[in-house]
Amino acid sequence: MAISAEEVRHVAALAKMAVTDEELTKFTAQMDDILGMVEQLQEVDTTDVPMTYNVTDARNVMRPDEAVPGTDRAELMKNVPESEDGYIKVPAIIDESEEG
Amino acid sequence: MNFETTIGLEVHIEMKTKSKAFSPAPVRFGQPQNTDTNVIDWGYPGVLPQLNRGILEYGMRAALALNCEITKDIHFDRKNYFYPDNPKAYQITQSDTPLGRNGWLEITAEDGSKKRIGIHEMHVEEDAGKNTHNPNGYSYVDLNRQGTPLIEIVSEPDIASPEEAYRYLTRLRQIIMFSGVSDVKLEQGSMRTDVNISIRPYGATEYGTKTEMKNLNSFDHVRKGLEYEANRQAQVLMSGGTIQSETRRYDVPTGKTILMRVKEGKDDYRYFPEPDIPPVHISDEWIEEVRNSIPEMPDERRKQYENEFGLSEYDTDVLTQTKEMSDFFDATVAHGADPKLAANWLMVEVNSYLNAQQVELADTALTPEHLATMIKMIQDETISGKIGKKVFKEIIKNDTEPQAWVEQKGMVQLSDPAKLQPIIDDVLDNNEQSITDFKNGKDRAVGFLVGQIMKQTRGQANPKVVNKLLMKSLNAR
Amino acid sequence: MNYFENDLTTLHAGLVNKQFSVVELVKETFATIKQREPQLEAFLALNEEAALKQAATLDEQGIAPDQLLAGIPVGIKDNIVTKGLTTTAASKILENFNPIYDATVMEKLAEAGMINVGKLNLDEFAMGSSTETSAFKQTKNAWDQTKVPGGSSGGPAVAVAAGEIPVALGSDTGGSVRQPATFNGVVGTKPTYGRVSRYGLIAFSSSLDEIGPITRTVKDNALVLGAIAGHDDHDLTTSSKEVPDFTAGIEDGVKGLRIAVPKEYFAAGVADGVKDAIKQALAEMEKLGAVVDEVSLPYSKYGVPIYYVQACAEASSNLQRYDGIRYGFRAKDVKNLEDVYVRTRTEGFGPEVKRRIMLGTYVLAAGSYDKFFKKAAQVRTLVCRDFARVFKDHDVIMAPTTATPAFSFGAKVDDPVAMYMNDVLTIPSNLAGLPGMSVPAGFVDGMPVGLHIIANSFDEQTMYRAAYAYEQATRFFENVPAIGGQN
Repeated sequence: MAISAEEVRHVAALAKMAVTDEELTKFTAQMDDILGMVEQLQEVDTTDVPMTYNVTDARNVMRPDEAVPGTDRAELMKNVPESEDGYIKVPAIIDESEEG
Repeated sequence: MNFETTIGLEVHIEMKTKSKAFSPAPVRFGQPQNTDTNVIDWGYPGVLPQLNRGILEYGMRAALALNCEITKDIHFDRKNYFYPDNPKAYQITQSDTPLGRNGWLEITAEDGSKKRIGIHEMHVEEDAGKNTHNPNGYSYVDLNRQGTPLIEIVSEPDIASPEEAYRYLTRLRQIIMFSGVSDVKLEQGSMRTDVNISIRPYGATEYGTKTEMKNLNSFDHVRKGLEYEANRQAQVLMSGGTIQSETRRYDVPTGKTILMRVKEGKDDYRYFPEPDIPPVHISDEWIEEVRNSIPEMPDERRKQYENEFGLSEYDTDVLTQTKEMSDFFDATVAHGADPKLAANWLMVEVNSYLNAQQVELADTALTPEHLATMIKMIQDETISGKIGKKVFKEIIKNDTEPQAWVEQKGMVQLSDPAKLQPIIDDVLDNNEQSITDFKNGKDRAVGFLVGQIMKQTRGQANPKVVNKLLMKSLNAR
Repeated sequence: MNYFENDLTTLHAGLVNKQFSVVELVKETFATIKQREPQLEAFLALNEEAALKQAATLDEQGIAPDQLLAGIPVGIKDNIVTKGLTTTAASKILENFNPIYDATVMEKLAEAGMINVGKLNLDEFAMGSSTETSAFKQTKNAWDQTKVPGGSSGGPAVAVAAGEIPVALGSDTGGSVRQPATFNGVVGTKPTYGRVSRYGLIAFSSSLDEIGPITRTVKDNALVLGAIAGHDDHDLTTSSKEVPDFTAGIEDGVKGLRIAVPKEYFAAGVADGVKDAIKQALAEMEKLGAVVDEVSLPYSKYGVPIYYVQACAEASSNLQRYDGIRYGFRAKDVKNLEDVYVRTRTEGFGPEVKRRIMLGTYVLAAGSYDKFFKKAAQVRTLVCRDFARVFKDHDVIMAPTTATPAFSFGAKVDDPVAMYMNDVLTIPSNLAGLPGMSVPAGFVDGMPVGLHIIANSFDEQTMYRAAYAYEQATRFFENVPAIGGQN
């Protein structure tokens, strides 16, 4: 087995998704198949081979530090499921810790 | 048992660029909620980041000011986590290729010796928006701050006491301010510190288990929280307990630290290279260009103040505490004021005014030019020191040209002997008794006569000149 | 208007000479769409009102001879955001999403005067090879409605193949333009990575996604690519290279053209009928004066595993923003923040998307990053080097676009590995960022087959020249599917 049901449940939780027991069985089998196929990569000797995570020919593309006024708030709020007084509203956050 | 303390600090400072790190929305403080935002800040489907050149230039300034090596080939990485103030659910940061590495800054340790604290690395990244928790069961999200550029500066675990941590932060703030990267307004949360602390018995080779506190924006709270935490950990260990890896919070009213959550394993942020921003190569020319753009650092200014202007160590300390004060001093001297006098005015009158009014120098009407003009007038005796204080009160409140104001108000000092002598003669002619008293050795008589002369000149007579002429006249009688 | 008998050049002439007005053309287009849609289900939304308004404006202004694309209807894959027109990426999680900005390609099309007639179906978030994972509709193959249209740009390929519209824009991450183009017998192009702005393309895999045109003919395709290509300040990965006229020299022929044929692309799994069709195509090219040469791309066989690691990793991050807070679907009766996240995402995403998000999360997680993500990125370098070596002494690569013609519904949807192998021949050019296109190459058992042409980076001109020579020699585009009982 390349991946266990436990690991599938863990990654689903990291990705903020719930899986039923039935789905878990199916996903685990499918992901196991896929990872089995991915396993062939291990046979390639990649000593001193750099990573390619992008194939753009662009380098050093930057914009000058100039500000453009923000988008009209009413426009941005059009798609918001719940808002109040110009704020986006979300049901309470239980965990109080904040990211840095 | 005696313990040795090890402290590491991760400091986030907002840069003062005009626009955001990866979107052109403005970076401003105190705007109405969600007005300085655009579709990029909101993480709309289909949007892509636009790298602001300014964040690399400011980032390099900070890196050079902190004696870091610049990483020549950099890219950005994504740090993935869900939170309502983090719209893309990833933060664009740098983990593989931080802009600067292996730097240091110098503090004065508690024994008075100089101590270098290592900077492990520093990188540029984007800030998150703001969540406000409401007791009604909802959180309210404002994305104005989302995308504000930050530099994160990670110290080596070289800090050995809460007081050293305090001094490190003070020094770091000073350097960042002088490099022109940030105004570092603590009350606006533009410098926030994550601390970690562990203790171990002296001589132990392994570090103890760390606890951490996040997002502190007062240096004093950092110091007090660390003091409390060092004691707490010592007590736990001495009573046979063990320290858990946990996040704690400094509680201001009680001065204690409070457990927030126990850390189980490492957070899994699934970092990977950001594919939407092509790599950036930093050339030697670019580094030199940035190096030349860095304003003088406090140490260089201190040297200049001590050696060229002959100011005391105490004076130079006060003047270089903030870049604003130091710049103002330099400009005042550049406008022709005597450095010692300028230093005195800034340290005494200006500082006490700022403290009394609870304002920043920039909030007053005072300009280096006006202050210099005023100081020159006192020095060349155009006005007296007493009048000088009146002038100061005027020019710190209003944009008034001091010389014209003094003339218009008729406050110019009377120093011309040809004009003063007739007045003195007149006063002496009318006060025969005082002349007799003087001859009989009663010195008080001189004071009385000076007072009469000042009265005649409505206080404008130059006391030095009056004294000299009066003594001469008395002795001649 | 019969799009089977008119290409963009003749349509343009008709508009300039006022044989028909833009309004007439657009009205007739909507009539055709409405007649054929029940059978095909290619469209997710129609843009009738705005399209007619734009048509009337164009009629008023008149169309100048140099406005080659003005007044021409175009359909847009529904993962490209269109201001004011619902954009869903065929996902429930965006079912009510109304964009407040236009993708750069939409601005460019508008500048050229093209008329957006509607949004086209796809696999959810472009994840799939059959358009079966769409949350809303089951689009059918234009040639046989019991067969899949291919994917993920199934809607765009079918709408063009069935003569509903002359042009559509799709997106290609691992073959998502070229494979459905093959399955429906039309021309589909994935340009060089960085040739066309991705701003406004709902991201699946940022380092692989590319927008490309689907048309009936090669020249039409080159014309449309010219209109949407170019550097964009909104997409830092776009190239600053100048955009040439892709139709310039397109008729110059292929005498002396050096064609590389990778032996790995004819390996086991490629249907005999497909092999034969492509061998005939190569013979045709030789007859036209090209030189055909067998080569080897040994690392290409790792394309599919590399793709599933990198594309899923990027997707897991790109799709985190769908959280029910700022736009799109939010689950009902949520009690707290965790609920908003988990219930919204669990109810909003379909199984294929979930599987890829989980896979991507897994390969990036602490402990598997080096084994999977880093390894895949390193082998990708070797794939790129393979191509670079071949292009040192060849002008184009030719091979089949897909191993088989279109398959039946349900045949592979539950077997991800079998489904993923669909893209085995197209994925390597995405990994290397190279331009590739599929040109109709005949039929096997009545279903279309495609010739895949890959060129060197930013050499779309040579690719189009080769494709045009082949197309003109074979004229397979003259075969049209029977739709609604008519030819």
